[in-house]
Amino acid sequence: MLRKAFAFAALGLVLTAGPVLAATTEKEPVDVHWSFEGPFGKFDKEQLQRGFKVYREVCSACHAMNLLYFRNLGQKGGPFYDPKYPNPNDNPVVKSLAHDIQVKDVDTDTGDVISRPAMPADKFPAPFANEYAARASNGGALPPDLSVMAKAREGGPAYIYSLLTGDKPTAPAGLTLPPGKYYDAFYPGDLSSSWHGKGPPPEGGAIAMPPPLTDGKVTFDDGKPSTVKEEALDVAAFLAWAAEPKMEERKAFGLGAMIYLLIFSGLLYASYRRIWRNVAH
Amino acid sequence: MSGHSTYEPKSGLERWLDTRLPIIRFANDTILTFPTPKNLNYWWTFGGILSLMLGLQIVTGIILAMHYVPHVDYAFNSVQRIMRDVNYGWLIRNLHANGASMFFLAVYIHMFRNLYYGSYKAPREVLWILGCIIYLLMVGTAFFGYVLPWGQMSFHGAVVITNLIGAVPVVGPSITTWLWGGFAVDDPTLNRFFSLHYLLPFVIAGVVGLHIWALHVPGNNNPTGVNVSSPEDTVPFHPYYTVKDGFAISVFLIMYAVFVFYLPDVLGDAVNYVPANPLQTPQHIVPEWYLLPFYAILRAVPNKLAGVIAMGGAIGTLFVLPWLDTSKVRSMRYRPTARLYFFIFILACLVLGVCGAHAPDDLVIPGASGLQLLDANLNSYVWLSRIGALYYFAYFWVITPLLGLTETPLPVPESISSPVLSHPAAAPTGAVASPEKRG
Repeated sequence: MLRKAFAFAALGLVLTAGPVLAATTEKEPVDVHWSFEGPFGKFDKEQLQRGFKVYREVCSACHAMNLLYFRNLGQKGGPFYDPKYPNPNDNPVVKSLAHDIQVKDVDTDTGDVISRPAMPADKFPAPFANEYAARASNGGALPPDLSVMAKAREGGPAYIYSLLTGDKPTAPAGLTLPPGKYYDAFYPGDLSSSWHGKGPPPEGGAIAMPPPLTDGKVTFDDGKPSTVKEEALDVAAFLAWAAEPKMEERKAFGLGAMIYLLIFSGLLYASYRRIWRNVAH
Repeated sequence: MSGHSTYEPKSGLERWLDTRLPIIRFANDTILTFPTPKNLNYWWTFGGILSLMLGLQIVTGIILAMHYVPHVDYAFNSVQRIMRDVNYGWLIRNLHANGASMFFLAVYIHMFRNLYYGSYKAPREVLWILGCIIYLLMVGTAFFGYVLPWGQMSFHGAVVITNLIGAVPVVGPSITTWLWGGFAVDDPTLNRFFSLHYLLPFVIAGVVGLHIWALHVPGNNNPTGVNVSSPEDTVPFHPYYTVKDGFAISVFLIMYAVFVFYLPDVLGDAVNYVPANPLQTPQHIVPEWYLLPFYAILRAVPNKLAGVIAMGGAIGTLFVLPWLDTSKVRSMRYRPTARLYFFIFILACLVLGVCGAHAPDDLVIPGASGLQLLDANLNSYVWLSRIGALYYFAYFWVITPLLGLTETPLPVPESISSPVLSHPAAAPTGAVASPEKRG
């Protein structure tokens, strides 16, 4: 709520554009309440851990996150941050998470390409060698990188949550989609050419991603029941963190800056009144 | 107002320096003792706010340039690296990106203030023209800067704007190729845009120096528009206006901080977080909010070249404004009719901004079917932007010249000090209706 109030105040102050009407249609993302909303919102660490598990066990089969390093998981505000290890490279959880994954490297003695266990300083490995390999394995579609996905779509994490829960294995009656395409009400698209039913075509578009989540697909370490909704919620929160790992630092810094500026403005106003007290103006 | 100096060197070193390079005298006369009308309101604080914003953009920009990589393969990720791995990089980048919006917000208020109080009129024409040059340089700098993160909107925005030059007959395409450094917006384009983005702010700083010089010759205008006539009309700049500007700057910074710390992406486009892809054009290519009115004027005209001329003319008109205005009264406080047209002008600018954000064919009133007029529906944004653009030009070229000749202004006070004591709208009876002489 507070975030909305802020947004409205900001809109009032600066001329911004209204919503852009698209030729395509899609359903508005579901309204989700996030722990990281608002000026004091923080990430829920356990949710981030669950979300990371969903990414690692489901999404990472097709989607890269080329801006993320294993060390990010253990840095302040991250899912596995531990105050005992201010340097995330020392964090044993991060080290073991990285160790389980093989990454390509070059043997400096022979020059041969080798595989070795990852270290916290390594990037998340990409699932495909290049764009062509990715397209070849996905019916011609390119699974986008997810590093800043939560910022790259209107609606952010709420859009991701809606998209993941709205992805349908079968199209509604009257809609004939080409093979390898799935109906998603939240995915922007124009379905008029595939629509044979009565009335206008349904909102949404055809997405190349098959419904990725099912109940019980991931076993959460904290025992939380892994429904599709919960998995989608957690991975969306994880992607929100991944898009801006410094969000908590930003808000904490902001609080100090606001208090400072408010006091400073008050002092300046008092000085202004005092200096001008004898001038008629 | 300038010319006389009250500076007296106090120490031997100051006396020695004063006969060689009177820099302390200069600072004293321009910053400390400069006589400033005592009735300046808060609309006059935006000059100080703008100086601060320019300084802030230059400082944050220099730091960003230490980490940014101007290469098509690395630019997007290098900006992300600043946000993730550079110490306080997120702060510096948020300050810089949102700073551009704050800079434009302040410059627009500064310009509207100028129009309202007639500050562009004699003897301040050069001051106003220098301001227009600064604004033009700001637009260029902002455009080059927006390309640098190399997101989808950066890239396709650059394509759209550089292609406009192709509308120039005969030489247009060659100039475009020369500008690109190739046959498409690519690595050479990004490199030169980065170079120019780093250069132009220093050019702006230079013109700001001239702008302040041109301000200090006639001195400040003021809300009454009446010339300063006696020392009682003024106060020294310091401490009176340093503290008033300081307070306004601090309040402005609070609003700026709300964006930087709590809404860092709200003024930007989500699409720009998708790396640039020349093969995939975003559905709607829109500039940042501060350029939307000009974008609307560009698209209001069906012919590309004519559209470019209209857009250029919208800014070009500002340069000749001092000679379009025939009114002998500066301040609109005493021009009720002009005030009405002025507020419609602000409304027209806002409407143009809204039009710029929408696709031309979108309906203004959704659901209502409108009349087809020539090439488009009368209920579409393209027609609304035509009406807005028409008013924009009519305001400067028709309304402003005619109004000065036909309107009857209210009585103008004889001096700044006389209305200061009572409310300006009810000017004292001693103030006769003698419209101010020009010059």
